[in-house]
Amino acid sequence: MDLTYTKEVLKHLKSPKNMGKIKNPDGEGMVGNRVCGDIMKMYLKIIKNEKGEEIISDIKFQTLGCGAAIATSSVLTTLAKGKTIKEALKISKDDIIQALGGLPAIKVHCSILADEALKKAVENYCSTLKQH
Amino acid sequence: MKSIYLDYAATTPVDPQVVKKMQPYFSDYFGNPSEIHKWGLKASEGIKNARTQISKALNCNPSEITFTSCATESINLAHKGLIEAVRNQDKKIIPHIITTQIEHKAVLETCKHLEKLNWAKVTYLPVDEFGLISINDLGKAITKDTVLVSIMFVNNEVGSIQPIAEIGKLLKTKYPKIFFHADATQALPYFDCDVNKLNIDLLSFTGHKIYAPKGIGALFIKSGTPIIRQQDGGSQENNLRAGTESVPLIVGLGQATELIIKNRAKESSRLKTLQKNLISKLTEIPGIKLTGHPEKRAPHIASFIVKDVEGESMMLLLSDLGIAVSTGSACNSQVLSSSHVLDAMGIAAEDSHGSLRLSLGKDTTKEDIEYTIKSIKKVVTTLRKMSPDLTGIEF
Ligand code: FES
Repeated sequence: MDLTYTKEVLKHLKSPKNMGKIKNPDGEGMVGNRVCGDIMKMYLKIIKNEKGEEIISDIKFQTLGCGAAIATSSVLTTLAKGKTIKEALKISKDDIIQALGGLPAIKVHCSILADEALKKAVENYCSTLKQH
Repeated sequence: MKSIYLDYAATTPVDPQVVKKMQPYFSDYFGNPSEIHKWGLKASEGIKNARTQISKALNCNPSEITFTSCATESINLAHKGLIEAVRNQDKKIIPHIITTQIEHKAVLETCKHLEKLNWAKVTYLPVDEFGLISINDLGKAITKDTVLVSIMFVNNEVGSIQPIAEIGKLLKTKYPKIFFHADATQALPYFDCDVNKLNIDLLSFTGHKIYAPKGIGALFIKSGTPIIRQQDGGSQENNLRAGTESVPLIVGLGQATELIIKNRAKESSRLKTLQKNLISKLTEIPGIKLTGHPEKRAPHIASFIVKDVEGESMMLLLSDLGIAVSTGSACNSQVLSSSHVLDAMGIAAEDSHGSLRLSLGKDTTKEDIEYTIKSIKKVVTTLRKMSPDLTGIEF
């Protein structure tokens, strides 16, 4: 089985983008991967543009996990940042994998994790909105 | 960039002296050792010499050494070959094997295979938190049908040393009919593997952990031990392993064995000092704990659990700093499950997630260890910063 990572994965692992926490986020989501015990957390800051669309103005991640888990969370933040929530929700695991130049087959589940963390953060944002 | 290899328990480079000894056997002495012309004789002379070198290391008769392709093959031959032979003597009983939960997969999978065929019943002895079996447990597991006890000398993941001499003594004095197999793959370079002193009937090892090439291993079979060959064909290796001998590799294994025995005492104490430093400095870092026994451990393996860090990402970042290590994290296994050795030692999956193994060898220097300690501190800090706050989270 080929387990080698692409250069892009290693680049993200070495210098992750948007790593850390957002204070008072507008939404946050955490998912855990029971298969191997990894945990991923996404934080969102949302603003409205002139058209009234909700834009992800800032996004940060925290991950305890393998190289692929870190790289997928990092690359996902770069894909989602500046996008409307609607657009961001359309980012699929395949988009993430493509942006990394591919992932070993056994690591595909890590990209699903990143995707789920973002969706959870958006859900969390929407549900807190309703409460107000 | 630095280049520090600390994964000798996975595999070793081939010693230049070994390469030199092998060299003429590729193109000059290339004959088939089964032939009795000049070319064949030159090749069989090389094999004979290697067999003698190994027999001296194990204190056995040269005829008791069978060359194989690796330790895995030796282990398969020892277990399957013995069980088949024993079954041939009496088809009514199902032979019983006792082994441990922390053996290499080669032993565990071979035992499972025999169980599936209903050719053997197997007891997998538990280990304590340090990875050691208890002689008491072993004694209690023995039944009237027990024919084989198979225990590894040194564990490859945590370096713990099993009480091989005691086991050998117990079997010899109280249960002389039971055969004793020891997987000495990690032990041979550092411990006396005198099969007479240790009362071992079957002993497996491989070349690529002792500075010989990959693709060559050996099995000691004490004369009188019933074994049926598992690879059929010609009558090579005393009818125990068919197939044209890989003469250059055999010559290399012989030479490597002689060298490690020669250097054993000196190298063991040198590595012990380096290992001590490594263990004491790393366990000073908060959240880093030693795995395996603090004293009863081989001098070349230092293994740890690093809290709140995942092993594969640690390995990759260290590799980026020029250091090769290994991990038992589920994320780094091909089946995404945690190490069976750490599991058996009672280490929770979320802890073995952060397992780290550094294994030292003949080119490891004091400076390498210092640089590695610094690098691990750096990498652990980086990854912990990346990790979410886990307090109060339950999975
Ligand atoms: S999250 Fe464990 S394999 Fe990637």
